[in-house]
Amino acid sequence: MSADAPSPESVSLTEHVTSFALAAHVTGTCFLGETAGFALGDGRVVLRLGEEAREIAAHAGAVQVFTHDAKALYTGGDDGRLLRIEASGDIETIAHEKGKWIDAVALSPTGALAWSAGRSVKAREKSGAMKEITAPSSVRGLAFAPKGYRLGFAHNGGASLWFPNASSPPELFDWKGSHLDVTFSPDGRFLVTSMQENALHGWKLADKKHMRMTGYPAKSRSLSWTHDGKWLATSGAEACILWPFADKDGPMGKAPRECGVRRARVTAVACHPKAPVTAIGYDDGCVLMCRLSDGAELLVRRASSFTGAISALGWNDAGARLAFGTAEGAAGWLDLPPLR
Amino acid sequence: MSDKIPVTVLTGYLGAGKTTLLNRILTEEHGRKFAVIVNEFGEIGIDNELVVGADEEIFEMNNGCICCTVRGDLIRIVEGLMKRKGKFDAIIVETTGLADPAPVAQTFFVDADVGAAAKLDAVVTVADARWLLDRLKDAPEAKNQIAFADVILLNKTDLVTKEQLEEVEARIRGLNPYAKLHRTQKCAVPLDAVLGREAFDLERILEIEPAFLEDGGHHHEHDEAHGHGHDHAHEHDHGHHHDQEGHDHAHDAKDAASASAKAHSHGGLKHYHDEEMQSVSARIEGEVDPEKFMPWINELTQTRGVDILRSKGILAFKDEPKRFVFQGVHMILDGDLQRPWQEGEKRESKIVFIGRHLDEAAIRAGFLACAA
Ligand SMILES: [Zn+2]
Repeated sequence: MSADAPSPESVSLTEHVTSFALAAHVTGTCFLGETAGFALGDGRVVLRLGEEAREIAAHAGAVQVFTHDAKALYTGGDDGRLLRIEASGDIETIAHEKGKWIDAVALSPTGALAWSAGRSVKAREKSGAMKEITAPSSVRGLAFAPKGYRLGFAHNGGASLWFPNASSPPELFDWKGSHLDVTFSPDGRFLVTSMQENALHGWKLADKKHMRMTGYPAKSRSLSWTHDGKWLATSGAEACILWPFADKDGPMGKAPRECGVRRARVTAVACHPKAPVTAIGYDDGCVLMCRLSDGAELLVRRASSFTGAISALGWNDAGARLAFGTAEGAAGWLDLPPLR
Repeated sequence: MSDKIPVTVLTGYLGAGKTTLLNRILTEEHGRKFAVIVNEFGEIGIDNELVVGADEEIFEMNNGCICCTVRGDLIRIVEGLMKRKGKFDAIIVETTGLADPAPVAQTFFVDADVGAAAKLDAVVTVADARWLLDRLKDAPEAKNQIAFADVILLNKTDLVTKEQLEEVEARIRGLNPYAKLHRTQKCAVPLDAVLGREAFDLERILEIEPAFLEDGGHHHEHDEAHGHGHDHAHEHDHGHHHDQEGHDHAHDAKDAASASAKAHSHGGLKHYHDEEMQSVSARIEGEVDPEKFMPWINELTQTRGVDILRSKGILAFKDEPKRFVFQGVHMILDGDLQRPWQEGEKRESKIVFIGRHLDEAAIRAGFLACAA
């Protein structure tokens, strides 16, 4: 905490937090209506409605990757299965890539789904029509463009954009090095990847101009756009680093903003869906909420290193609830009190 | 520190017996649970709950250097396995027969997340006693694997004569005198010969004497491998074979050393010098000046790192009560001050390199110039 910041004890939300133990690495969390979902490293998915918890033995191994929409969560396991699980507990097996891990999964705003297993990348339209392509290397990051049926995938040597329904090969956005996660800016103008070497790389889609976003002491593996799409919040430093993307050339030549500066590494970030506020999780288990306008911080969860690094954060659609989980299996949620 | 998952890397040319060793490790009663990362998924039955197929994706690091590479797939898999923390105690990585062990080893030093979760325990190379001499001639990968190893299993010793065995062992020693060498049949070794070696643990780099000197010429025969009696190689000559009695070593040409290796003998114990791959060691009977040594070792590994496979050193720095210990893989160096020099312990400094076309005279001279 920076010296002039208010003490978290004085502006704490901790009394509004419900905590429980899940006993396995939390890969992802989200809300499906009133139900909180947690996808875990022992293959279980826990659906929790108030005090009531329902456990689903979803995968034979670990849930490696996770995404969700308003109705269901999607889990990819090291058993090669990709599942869709609703709040009711209904399970649908979408894919089974035998002998492989599901390494990435992504949803489009229109309900298309994509996943990768090794170098194989598959995209499935809502109608069920499926297309496959082989990437230059294993793919760990997938993202659909905000508009149109277009998929971005990160790989060694850059990222590629693919129209699954076109016969043309994917368009390469090259940059030397191994690229891990990928995301589009909500306005569709920029593509950003996280990299093996503690940096982000960005391209302006219109002219493929490069953006280097460096200075991280660790890999930046959690990326979240603010509700207005103007900032990209990122993990990997001892603060949440926010890169400005509002201008024509994005963050080129600009310094990022920092918020939630602490002596602990940020491991997860999740921007509030409606307000300029970011939830920040740290490797010591602390969770803060940070208001971007003035950097004001609210404590959600106190540091508790034996419960592990924050590995998952997720808001509900209204932005009234925040779920969290840690690498050692602690979890819970915050119910935001009515604003005063 | 200690809760890092130990990782054993199994290398060896095709058919040497890597999978035999792997299955032996997995089936032995030890109460340990392994996560096994194999390269040819599903081809050979591996009796283990947690088996991951890998595809050996070698990624260059951004410095553009050809030796600075990591295994991208391993980074991904180790990260994924950590989600199952508590479900296994150790990781075994089996590489392809043609693999260079360096990118695997470098992954543990270069990737901070992998390095925080797991630690390299040892590189174990399985060599086929019958075919290794041929492979050393025609397969650079085989030579690499021998030179890189911390532990070598010279396997299938039942398929060669005693003389052939001495020959192949001498060739191995010519490439890598520092590895622990075990003569085996069907890879029968006690598990502690291949697991829990802590070969990359700076705290455990106590001595860097050539293994065969340290052991007084003993072969590591596995008479202690109780329960595998039928696999024992009952041999008790301790390597000093002045006696050329009886055995027919006139099989064929493959018992001859390769053309690039020169043999000479000292009282019957053969020594080979491989013209491509050598080890170089140097000693200073006293302290070194860190102000001279650090720039020298950095410069040497930066300029010659492509050819230096492994390096190790234990150094007495001037005015420093603790031992400085380092190890390296190509250009990547890992060093730290370790335990204090003990009362009566001789404060001396020693370095060892294994690599290709090493300029022995220059390395020696460079090191000696670092004397305090
Ligand atoms: Zn290099």
